Amino acid sequence: MTHIPHLGFIVAAYAIAVVVILGMIGAVWWDYRDLLGRLARLESERERPR
Amino acid sequence: MPNLANPTLFLAVARRLLPWLWALTLLLFAVGLPMSFNAPPDYQQGETVKIMYLHVPAAWLASFIYGVMTLAALGTLVWRHPLADAAQKAAAPLGAGFTFICLVTGSLWGKPMWGTYWVWDARLTSVLVLFILYLGLIALWRSIEEPGRAARAAAILTLVGAVDLPIIKFSVDWWNTLHQPASVFRMGGPTIAPSLLWPLLVMAIAFTMLFLTLHVMAIRNEILRRRLARLTMIAAAEGDALAMSTP
Repeated sequence: MTHIPHLGFIVAAYAIAVVVILGMIGAVWWDYRDLLGRLARLESERERPR
Repeated sequence: MPNLANPTLFLAVARRLLPWLWALTLLLFAVGLPMSFNAPPDYQQGETVKIMYLHVPAAWLASFIYGVMTLAALGTLVWRHPLADAAQKAAAPLGAGFTFICLVTGSLWGKPMWGTYWVWDARLTSVLVLFILYLGLIALWRSIEEPGRAARAAAILTLVGAVDLPIIKFSVDWWNTLHQPASVFRMGGPTIAPSLLWPLLVMAIAFTMLFLTLHVMAIRNEILRRRLARLTMIAAAEGDALAMSTP
C-alpha cells in the first residue's frame, strides 16, 4: 500500500466534518420529530371531552 | 409570486421542496467526494490538499451564513418580515457548525503545512471571533424569554457583528498573515489548477445545498415551535377559564 504522508490529519479532518454534519442533520431532524409529537399531544388533549 | 411570509404557506412549500433539496444535496456530494478523492496531489502540499475540499467550503459557508443572518436581521428591524427572525434564529446553529468545521479542518491542515495547529494571525482570529459571535447569538436567544425582544436584540448584535465579515475577507490583504491570500474569489480569476478547482467548486455547491436544505428544515421547526407556544398559551387560558367557571 502506498504511504501517504500526513494521512492521519486528512482522515481526522474528514471524520470530524462527518460527525459535525451528521450531528447538525440529527439535531434538526430530532427537533422536528419532537415538535410534531408535542403538537399532536397538545391537539389530542384539547380535543378530549372535559 | 406566492407570499412565503405566510408561515402556513411556507410549511406547505417546504414539505414539497425538501425531498428535492435532499436529492440534489446527496447527488452533489456523490459527485464531489469522488472528485475530491481522485484529484491530484498539490505539488507542494501533497495529499494534505484533500483537506481543502472540506475547509474552503466550510469557510465560505461560515461567512455566507452570517451574511444571510445579516439580511434577516435587516428584515426583522426594518421590514418586520414575519419569517425574518425565524430565518435568522434557524441559521445560527448551522453557522456555528460550519465555522467549527472550518476552524478544526484548518487547524488539522495547518499542523503539517505550517508546523502549528494555531497561530493568532488576522484570518484565524477573525474567524474565531465569528464562531464566538454565533455562540453569543445562540445564547442571547436562549436567555431572553420574550420572543419579540430576543429577536430585536439578536438582530442588533448580528448587524454589529457583520463588521467581522469584511475583516475576514480582507485580513490576508491588510495584514501579514500566515494564512495564504485568496486563490479562488479574486480579481484576475482563480490561481488554482483546474484539476483541483473543479472538485472544490462542486464541494462548495454541495455544502451550500446542504446548508439551504437544513435551513429550510430549521425554519420549519421555528414555525412549529411558535405554533406550539401559541397553542400552549391558548390551552392554559382555556384551562383557567374552565377552572373559574366550575363551582
